[in-house]
Amino acid sequence: MKPFTFTRIVILGVLITAVVFLLPTFTNTWPHKKINLGLDLQGGMHLVLEVQNVKAVEAELERTVDELKKELRKDSITHLGIARQEDNTILAQLPDKEAKNAFEKIISKEFSNLKVTASSAGGDATKFQLRLPDDEKEMIQKMATEQALETIRNRIDEFGVSEPDIRIQGENRILLQLPGINDPERAKDLIGKTAQLTFQLVNEDVSPEAALQGSLPVGSQILYENKTDPVTGNTAKIAHVIKKQVLLDGSLLVDARVEFDQFQQPQVGIEFNRKGAHIFDRITGQNIKKRLAIVLDNTVYSAPVIQDRIAGGKAVITGNFTMEEAKDLAIALRAGSLPAPVNIIEERTVGPTLGADSIRMGMISMLAGGALVLLFMAVYYKGAGLVANLALVMNIILIGGGLAAFQATLTLPGIAGIILTIGMAVDANVIIFERIREEIGWGKTPLAAVHAGFDRATLTILDANVTTLIAAIVLFQFGTGPVKGFAVTLGLGIVASLFTALVLSKSIFDFILQKKTASTLSI
Amino acid sequence: MQLIKSDINIDFLGKQKIGFVFSAILIIASIIGLIVHKGPNYGIDFSGGALIQVKFAQNIPIAQVRDSLAGLDLNDLSVQDFGEADDHEFLIRTGSTETVGKGLAQAVSAAILAGTGVTPEIRRVEMVGPQVGDELKKQALLAIFYSLLFITIYISGRFELKWILSGVTAGALMTAVYFLSVFNVSMPVLITGALVVSLFLFWRLRLKFAMGALIALIHDVFITVGIFSILNLDFSLPIIAALLTIIGYSLNDTIIVFDRIRENIKGESSKTALPGLFNKSINQTLSRTILTSVTTLIVLLALFFLGGDIIHNFAFAMIIGVLIGTYSSIFVASPVVLAAAARKG
Repeated sequence: MKPFTFTRIVILGVLITAVVFLLPTFTNTWPHKKINLGLDLQGGMHLVLEVQNVKAVEAELERTVDELKKELRKDSITHLGIARQEDNTILAQLPDKEAKNAFEKIISKEFSNLKVTASSAGGDATKFQLRLPDDEKEMIQKMATEQALETIRNRIDEFGVSEPDIRIQGENRILLQLPGINDPERAKDLIGKTAQLTFQLVNEDVSPEAALQGSLPVGSQILYENKTDPVTGNTAKIAHVIKKQVLLDGSLLVDARVEFDQFQQPQVGIEFNRKGAHIFDRITGQNIKKRLAIVLDNTVYSAPVIQDRIAGGKAVITGNFTMEEAKDLAIALRAGSLPAPVNIIEERTVGPTLGADSIRMGMISMLAGGALVLLFMAVYYKGAGLVANLALVMNIILIGGGLAAFQATLTLPGIAGIILTIGMAVDANVIIFERIREEIGWGKTPLAAVHAGFDRATLTILDANVTTLIAAIVLFQFGTGPVKGFAVTLGLGIVASLFTALVLSKSIFDFILQKKTASTLSI
Repeated sequence: MQLIKSDINIDFLGKQKIGFVFSAILIIASIIGLIVHKGPNYGIDFSGGALIQVKFAQNIPIAQVRDSLAGLDLNDLSVQDFGEADDHEFLIRTGSTETVGKGLAQAVSAAILAGTGVTPEIRRVEMVGPQVGDELKKQALLAIFYSLLFITIYISGRFELKWILSGVTAGALMTAVYFLSVFNVSMPVLITGALVVSLFLFWRLRLKFAMGALIALIHDVFITVGIFSILNLDFSLPIIAALLTIIGYSLNDTIIVFDRIRENIKGESSKTALPGLFNKSINQTLSRTILTSVTTLIVLLALFFLGGDIIHNFAFAMIIGVLIGTYSSIFVASPVVLAAAARKG
């Protein structure tokens, strides 16, 4: 009889492949990668962000409003107000026929992308409703999500996280998996910062007190500055009246880094590109002795009086930063601003010690459960039980090899899935053995009984396992993170147990029965 | 060794009434449990909220932890012991969802330091926003529904060769559920309705094996959910994974019995012989049914006692599911198929 049948070569090949894939997890030296551990096992942070990309549409409409006004001003056309409405349309009111015609001309020439509906507003006045087409709106929203992803990826890279996984989920969500984060709060601050830097003039015609009483001039807004008293350490909110017009923004930055003032207090030095430097030069030159506010995410950081024209495009942001805050702000400014604010809608953080505990307890239960099952099978089926046990051990190796080969992630529920597989994988062998016992009971010889047992049981085993496989596939589709890890090990376990029961066990039985002309079978 | 004698012949179908009463008691208890607790006790995965696991180096009374958090203004705040007593671990939960993503862990840590004088180790933080929770709830229900449906197609196809009939039926059901879910129909109502319609269709179309399996599965899932709510245990994502696995596992048992019924039924056309045949099939597969449940329970008990608190409820759900699933494949699935097969006309 040939020692190397086709089946045996396949079995050996599968076993060696699995071991090759599995080895790096234990030795660190083999060519392939280790098994990925999920965040629940190695510690880390899972975040789901929602990009408020409607805000990007709003911003686009605000820009359009500004440009429209500019065009009208250029042609000296009077209007009765142009503003963005709550429903994200622009409402423009023109006083008379002449203005109406001129307005229409500008729209068709410069803003042909907008959808326009006109209606009478009493007398000669006309109301225009301008709307962005739906596909353009969608485009802006999609771009905002993609741009947010890029920006966040840059920030994470600079922050220094090994092997982050950042991807878009659905229409406006970003999923982040950040292994080994030590300071989750700081990471969240950095990721969630919009980092919208603007330079705007302070409106000095009216005092903040008066503005708060209600006499806020058109085109201005109230923004606050957080000021910390250096002696008492108390923070106070100081109101500023800031002109809405943005003179310069952070998009023209080329660099931002931490610097120190004369008291060794950290501050963030920024540098503009040539275009930005030119604009900065012009606005400082035009507004000498006026106050220029540096606004970051709608908070005023400082509002110094411009003493002189500033050439060279350099400025500093001060604001009682700690070293870490200054560092993170510099990262955020360098990586660019988010096109729209983001909200954290899901967070799961696991500390490294808990992850290690989970691995330890998972392993202990796997070993304990496995040992008990091995013992049970050996006692119950004697010789055949040992065959089943061999199949079971091979099964575990195959699951491990499969995890490494597919670069799937092992999670705590995933370990539970392997443990469950240990219990369920022997099922296939049990079905076969019970059938063999029955066949022997009906008077067949061991060889005939084994053949009949495998023949009859194969279809049953396939049927029984397909249902669990269906459940595993649905679960894989539905689940995220840890639960997905469970679906993976469960699915791998089913496939592996089919192989070990139907191919490996059968091959071993064939080997035993061919060697001796057996009249008895240990089962 | 042999636990179940090979010539065993228990009249399971003759004991149908006992099984029926037993199932009825469990189902009624589950319904009462669900009513008393106003539905399943959703964990933060589904209800939204936050969970923080803290660990102290020394023993801190739970009341002190509670008191120190009282000033934080959190809704539905609960503090529980977690893990072994000498771990000094607590699980802090709140239903407040406005805290999602904001420095809740820091605030909790600071409040505990102020209240107890000890800085806790923050071992785990989970925060789920309300809309995420709602979506997960919907997805979980859909996942359960789809896996039930796919499995029943498979059963009809394999056991009655009615692939096309069952496929078309299931396809129509899925399409209906999909369109109705777009129109914001409440998901639990929708799924319940779809299951009732499925059962009705299987009955009308004489897909008896599919019907038997579906009834057994609904029985298993419902009772597991019921026991969870009677014991007031949290429903989390891993529990859904457990439910889906139970669906797969319970069917595993059912299929082994069905398979044997199919094998024995060959060449048997008289309907009066059916009960005997069913009984014989159940008895022939009994040894395997029990053995597999035993090995599965062994590993689950290992997981339950040694796997740690995070995986505790998952293991518990699986243990219930394996017990109920084994029972239902004998006392629920087969009698239903028999009743459907013995139907006149």
